[in-house]
Amino acid sequence: MTVRFFRPEQARDIAVIETYDPRVSRQGIGLRRLGDAGPVGSRASTAPATRPPADLPGLEPSWSRLITTPDLDGVGRTFHVLDNAVSNPRVTLLCVHGNPTWSYLWRKVVAKADPGVRVIAVDQLEMGFSERTGATRRLRQRVDDLCALTTEMGLDGPVITVGHDWGGAISLGWAARHSARLEGVVLTNTAIHQPEGSPAPALIRMARLPGVLQLVCVATPTFIDSALALSRPRIPQPVRDAFHAPYRSAGRRAGIGAFVEDIPLDPAHPSAEALDEIVAGVEKLRDIPALLLWGPSDPVFSDIYLRDLAGRLPRADIHRFVGASHLVCEDADVAGAIHAWVGQLHGSQPPPAAPPPRPPAWAGLERRARDSDVAMVEMTPRGRQRSITFADLGADVKRVAAGLVEAGVTKGDRVALLVPPGVDLAVCLYACWRTGAVVVLVDAGLGARGISRALKSAAPKYVIGIPRALVAARALRWPGERVAALPMDRRTARALGVFTTLDDVRRAGSMAALPLEPDDMDDAAVVFTSGATGPAKGVLYRHHQLQAQRDVLARLYDISDADRLVAAFAPFALYGPAIGVPSVVPAMNITAPGTLEAVALADAAAAIDATLVFASPAALANVVATSGALTPPQRAALARIRLLLSAGAPVSRSVLSAANELMPNAEPHTPYGMTEVLPVTDVTLGEIEDAGDGNGVCVGRPVFGVAVAVSPLDAVGRATGELTTVAGVTGEVCIQAAHMKESYDNLWVTQHRTTQPPGWHRSGDVGHFDAEGRLWIEGRLIHVVSTDIGPVTPVGIERAVESLPSVCQAAVVGVGPPGTQRVVLAVVPNDGCGRLHLAPETLATQVRAVTHVDVAAVLTVPALPVDKRHNSKVDRTRVATSAGTVLAGGRIRKL
Amino acid sequence: MKALVTGGTSLLGSTTARKLRARGDDVTVFQRRPSGLGAREVLADIADAEAVTRAVQGADVVIHAAAKVEMAGPWPAFEQTNIKGTVNLVRTARDSGVQRFVYVSSPSVAHAGRSLVGRPATPASPESARGSYARSKAAAERLALAANESGFSVVAVRPHLVWGPGDQQLVGRIITRARQGRLAIIGTGTALVDTTYVDNAADALVAAADRAHELGGRAFVVSNGEPRPVSELLNRIVVAAGLPPIRLRVPAAVARAAGAVFEQLWDRLNREDEPPITRFLAEQLSTAHWFDQRETRRLLAWRPAVGLDEGFSRLAEWFRASKPTGSL
Repeated sequence: MTVRFFRPEQARDIAVIETYDPRVSRQGIGLRRLGDAGPVGSRASTAPATRPPADLPGLEPSWSRLITTPDLDGVGRTFHVLDNAVSNPRVTLLCVHGNPTWSYLWRKVVAKADPGVRVIAVDQLEMGFSERTGATRRLRQRVDDLCALTTEMGLDGPVITVGHDWGGAISLGWAARHSARLEGVVLTNTAIHQPEGSPAPALIRMARLPGVLQLVCVATPTFIDSALALSRPRIPQPVRDAFHAPYRSAGRRAGIGAFVEDIPLDPAHPSAEALDEIVAGVEKLRDIPALLLWGPSDPVFSDIYLRDLAGRLPRADIHRFVGASHLVCEDADVAGAIHAWVGQLHGSQPPPAAPPPRPPAWAGLERRARDSDVAMVEMTPRGRQRSITFADLGADVKRVAAGLVEAGVTKGDRVALLVPPGVDLAVCLYACWRTGAVVVLVDAGLGARGISRALKSAAPKYVIGIPRALVAARALRWPGERVAALPMDRRTARALGVFTTLDDVRRAGSMAALPLEPDDMDDAAVVFTSGATGPAKGVLYRHHQLQAQRDVLARLYDISDADRLVAAFAPFALYGPAIGVPSVVPAMNITAPGTLEAVALADAAAAIDATLVFASPAALANVVATSGALTPPQRAALARIRLLLSAGAPVSRSVLSAANELMPNAEPHTPYGMTEVLPVTDVTLGEIEDAGDGNGVCVGRPVFGVAVAVSPLDAVGRATGELTTVAGVTGEVCIQAAHMKESYDNLWVTQHRTTQPPGWHRSGDVGHFDAEGRLWIEGRLIHVVSTDIGPVTPVGIERAVESLPSVCQAAVVGVGPPGTQRVVLAVVPNDGCGRLHLAPETLATQVRAVTHVDVAAVLTVPALPVDKRHNSKVDRTRVATSAGTVLAGGRIRKL
Repeated sequence: MKALVTGGTSLLGSTTARKLRARGDDVTVFQRRPSGLGAREVLADIADAEAVTRAVQGADVVIHAAAKVEMAGPWPAFEQTNIKGTVNLVRTARDSGVQRFVYVSSPSVAHAGRSLVGRPATPASPESARGSYARSKAAAERLALAANESGFSVVAVRPHLVWGPGDQQLVGRIITRARQGRLAIIGTGTALVDTTYVDNAADALVAAADRAHELGGRAFVVSNGEPRPVSELLNRIVVAAGLPPIRLRVPAAVARAAGAVFEQLWDRLNREDEPPITRFLAEQLSTAHWFDQRETRRLLAWRPAVGLDEGFSRLAEWFRASKPTGSL
């Protein structure tokens, strides 16, 4: 929307009603009111403060207090506040609601408070159950009111402010005036500044149209309804009613209209100066810990305000609750997040030890800077190749690095690289690292929607992309200034909003100086890979962690200058130049690794006389399936491979041994790990065969420098946090390594929850060690069946069932309440079946014969739902839901 | 100890009496017809106050398994036997110095017709229980538990779908219908249903009697803890009897509607026999009911000794040993 709805004459209209005296306001006294009629004041009436009805869901009547305090005009005003009245608290949370809500918004924050934490949630005057003064209260006066209230309450000791919507700005106003005892600030979907170049939220502008304001905010409860309607899933009716409770008449809603009107969208607005003062006051808070909790689906306070606030509060921890909207407190566990954060503010953790110094990521390029050997080859389907020598690659990286600085990229800026693996990606990646920029890497397998989500979360300042990516960036409004990775004519560039091209960057860089090298502790990359379920999480790595990962791979696989790598697996493919190893990218569709053909792999191997192959399990499976087309020279090229590595998802033994037949001189390895830390363990095909059958999948022993332990499960399948490596104990796999991620990106809650105990990464996988120290993965923690005889893990049982000749695939799920769940098997029979139903008796008997637990039912399904990318991670949660319905006597639906 | 077991001709009553005798307890059984158990017997109706007084004389423990168990029928008969009979027995037992009283109840006392998935035992509710049997048992359980006091411990045990060799209630009805070609799978037949092999139920009653002092006033659902899809259970029963698996299928909604019609019809005609289908039965056969057994097992210190597989092989063995035509 490009039309500006605000008209200057509106501001004049307002000024007629209320005369603004800057002299007075500079003294902090606020607006002097001449007329009693505010802009929406025609129906404003006075009413004393009251207590809320006793039966509002989630609200304890004992929390309600009425407090009278003189305002700055000396008139006694009565506030309604929620207060858990903890005496001698170690900290007090002062919660300020926005418009059109009331303190009810914070009820869960009050309810979930830890001992020693006092929570006060205020109803602002004219709002909630506080007094209706009949006057319009403007921003500065609201801050004054809040200060007067806390003085009256005798609130001393450390305080953390908590604000939502315009309550955020008001709470920051209070915070700036009390910075000496301010321990932190928590902000949820709010704003204090309209970032340059962005229009004010269309919804607010619309609500401010003449006539609309009165109708929508005051005469009818439309504004409240609209705010409540933003939430998905729907807020339950009793809770919606509770939000409406203090606003049952037009007279009681006058404050809502006045609040909307008080948003200073224009510098001439009477509250503009007060807001500027708040912005200036936030400057004082740069060293204050902050927590920003955000519902990114908010049509009003979008991510741009989150970024604005994050820039002003450098110590901010951020969590974006994907899917949550404006009333993020209703849509997500904001209360839990706040209390977890408050709790860790007090727990002192030793600062992490400085990592040992390692060579920078581009060290391999510098070492071979004068080398005319081929560094990288890009294969295309028609047999053409593009290649670059180490010398040229190193020089190009320097040129682009300098050019990026010329183009405005500075240290710490995020740069998304939407470029397929190959020479250009390598150049951009190492150039970004060299300048100190943080690369944002998104797995193309996520699809347009997934990439959209990832980029909105990571919020890159720049996007370097191939034309197809730039078209999507334009159409889907991905954040970031656009740089074309390929040459582009002016018209196309303009149409795509591209401000420069990689070639222009190169040209500019050839005459510019290189910036200082980044520090090992600087951020280096935000990586998104596709999970089996749920939106992809951004994982932040610092330089020292990537260096450690590079070194652990080189050591583990004994990689030297004599090696040459076929890189068909994205994460590791990036390290070829870093280790100084020539790499080739085979011709393949990167969005579908399962399309890599044997011929393409062999041609790539032949092009550089490769010794190493890194390929995903899906790619490897297709290579095996298409190996019939290989010519004798192609087979010979594959026979020269010494190491075959497949990672990213569980690899089937049969695929690995079939691939081994194609590469008879290669030792097949499959490391275990995840986006957050890789590798964790490593195992060879021979070791897998030696290990034989067990409860789960054998993933080998921890690699050098990695600590692995399990956190045993309790009776209902929760990880207890007591780490052990005792053989035979099943628990959540927890990992500690130098090459582990720094944190999740903009996911503070996830980071906090998965970093337990501190310094360890909770993987979400469950497994056990055997007596030989080998780790066996038994499934995902969320897929553990919580039976009355304890937790049952899926993978071992599934493998036993899949060993039946009549079964193609199996999934173990639980039905019923945790603690007394029953085990159910969903199997895909080899001869197929029409739809989900009970298995025939013979099959059910066979399945029960190979399982060691009581199986309540055996269901046949035509196929199991799996993730698109790996085609192997079974969505057992979905299977469990369908099985639960059917086995409760519900209708049989499609899985 | 001296025990009185009522309902000594029923499968559960007779099995319980046998188990008590086997471990050396002094057992009296109370029912209308001779039980053939070899124990001291009082033969009378449970509503016969004089006989009841005679039966409880000297007993330490009463296990009250007698009840009118029919799918349908006029309410006064259920009220007479199940409610008044129980109240009279409870009072008489308490007044004559019995210390422990185990009331044999049914999970249907707390079942409102919806699926029960891994649920714990909830209080009996005559208001929402379905059908005369469940309503009368619910009222009786409530009254019996209300009599719990110091020195007179009352425990309710609710075994779910008791079956075993010689069972006339569940197995007998299924086989009769199967022989008539009237046995159908209702709905998809996928609802998980838990059952109780009779020996396990009897063990649980004995355990409840032994621990009544600690558990007074409480109700426990008892089952094998091996829920299975209802069609699987029905088929295993008919196959154990040497009959072919069930072919007939009736949609759940049709079965419920038919149940309502037959109930009305039987009511109007004042028929005493069982209608082919009732709403209660249609619901029981098309919704899940299985239970959280953790607390039951922990507090009763009891575990089912006979699993489903063993139970079905005993059942098949019993059918084979019976006359080829079946003696049911």
